[in-house]
Amino acid sequence: MSVNTTDAGPGTRTARAPGPSAPPQRRKLTLRQRIWRERWSYTFIIPGAAFFLVFMYVPMAGNVVAFQDYSPFRGIEGSPWVGLANFTAIWTDPEIITALRNTLIIAFLQLAFAFPAPIALALLLHSLLSEKVKRLVQTIVYLPNFLSWVIVISVWQQVVGGGGLVAGILDGFGMPGFDLMTDADGFKFLVVAQNIWKDAGWGTIIFFAAIAGIPSERYEAAAIDGASGWQRTWHITLPALIPVATLLLILNIGSILTVGFEQLLLQQPMVGADAAQVLDTFVYFRGVLGGQWGIATAAGLLKGIIGTILVLSANKLAKKMGGEGIF
Amino acid sequence: MATATVSRPPWMNPPPVWVRGVKAIVIVCIVITMIYPLVYVIAMSFASPEQARAGVVFPTEYSLDAYRAIFNGGTVVNGLQNSLFITVVGTLLSLAATSMLAWGLVRTRQVPGAKIVLIGILATMFFSAGIIPNFMLIKYLGLLDSTWSLIIPGLISAFNMIVIRNFFQGLPEELIEAARIDGAGEWRIFLQIVLPLSKPVLAVMGLFYAVAYWNTYFNALLYINDSEKWPIQVVLQQYVLAGVAIPGAVVSPDQPPPPGVTLQMAVIVLATVPILIVYPFLQRFFTSGVLTGAVKG
Repeated sequence: MSVNTTDAGPGTRTARAPGPSAPPQRRKLTLRQRIWRERWSYTFIIPGAAFFLVFMYVPMAGNVVAFQDYSPFRGIEGSPWVGLANFTAIWTDPEIITALRNTLIIAFLQLAFAFPAPIALALLLHSLLSEKVKRLVQTIVYLPNFLSWVIVISVWQQVVGGGGLVAGILDGFGMPGFDLMTDADGFKFLVVAQNIWKDAGWGTIIFFAAIAGIPSERYEAAAIDGASGWQRTWHITLPALIPVATLLLILNIGSILTVGFEQLLLQQPMVGADAAQVLDTFVYFRGVLGGQWGIATAAGLLKGIIGTILVLSANKLAKKMGGEGIF
Repeated sequence: MATATVSRPPWMNPPPVWVRGVKAIVIVCIVITMIYPLVYVIAMSFASPEQARAGVVFPTEYSLDAYRAIFNGGTVVNGLQNSLFITVVGTLLSLAATSMLAWGLVRTRQVPGAKIVLIGILATMFFSAGIIPNFMLIKYLGLLDSTWSLIIPGLISAFNMIVIRNFFQGLPEELIEAARIDGAGEWRIFLQIVLPLSKPVLAVMGLFYAVAYWNTYFNALLYINDSEKWPIQVVLQQYVLAGVAIPGAVVSPDQPPPPGVTLQMAVIVLATVPILIVYPFLQRFFTSGVLTGAVKG
């Protein structure tokens, strides 16, 4: 079996010391030999790698139109270069200021309300002793995560929209005209409420995993020392959730400029652009529908760069504060 | 909620009655908020025309007219068929492509260059090119207005690939070595040993892919102009949110069409049903913990 070494798995080779009969020529292979030996691996890797190259990396190059007065008819080669004109135009565009303001407000509300929601829910469910009840509640709260935004918005429209369920009930009490879906003032809170409804349940999964990793002796010891239920939660459960929460927070900060694109796109016709325009919808309306490709791409590119910088700095900050980063 | 008797560890004091009461109320409220909107939509889709027009909290008289009208209309059925095609074909292709790549990247230490590919793929989880460059790529590839534009760009998810790769790394190496020594080719090992051993993770990832394909909305809005090729989510948006009337949605020519609200509810239900069907299967994996591991990985 050891005669044909070219095809044997390499796992056998690195770990073991050569036996007494090992031929002396089994030294380190050259790069070319290693590639040839693993040639079958490349038949598995190359198609997938090509996919990522074409659909993830090639479009990055498409961002050059941010420096052009691009039009689809002229193409990238035929469109004139305008330097940073698109980027300077962004600063004077009133619509993008609105979009940026809405994005930041929604992102802030999400961090304040939607981010802690799954932690609170996980703690609440964890405190249930009956496995049956716990599982039943989990089944129900996980479900909305799998529904598309179109379905979620449609359902909300039927419940809290004009002529919906709540409007009908309030009408019966002599309070007509209830319609949350078109109320521009409360819209940002509505967005966050929808986020919590859709994702808080599913978000508990990762916290449950963290809670499951806490040894029960720790609770027992604390209880013997006289710690109350609240104290045990505060001093044992919560600290165990911090690493996971930090990780999620870092990822959230990176996507702070990306707030529920489909969610807002779907609701903008109902509530108006002043309340529901965010950076991503701006890029779509201005670029794809409005034909101002250059400015829209510049805005998208700027957004992407700021997002990456934010992730990297949040990660660095987390590490500096003694926690674990992601990379 | 009979929490009092269930396996309370001896060191744990039972909480005061009012705490348990508040907890029960909070949980009941959460459950109602989550489930009642869905129950209401399903119930109203079956409401009789009179009750639907009157607007009731919960219908008591039922009728199938909305569904009959929708199936007569054709547009919604067409959307369902498009989505079914995208979901089935997309999920199969995605699973094939993702597991192949994951298997190729399992042995990063031995295969020169694999590590770089892996890092390159991981990096894509933290950036994306943006809407317009993606649109330009699809246009350049000639995929505009093609159903494939809804399948190919989402073929491999970096996250799902990592989860499958983690699972592959946990497979018993001796088994694969033994097959190799017995002279099995790499494809045979992959198809006849690796994949059958990985059924649990493939099932979960398959369901994730299926849900994502079924829920495809924005890409269709962006890439598909031809309403014949719209998936159900775009159809739903048109007829429910944008309030366009469903063409030809009548039960029979000599009967007034069902009220718009029941038609809308019925479209929502039809778009949701496939998710509700696969959900119990997904549910199995929550409890077996595969998913928890997957999410953690």
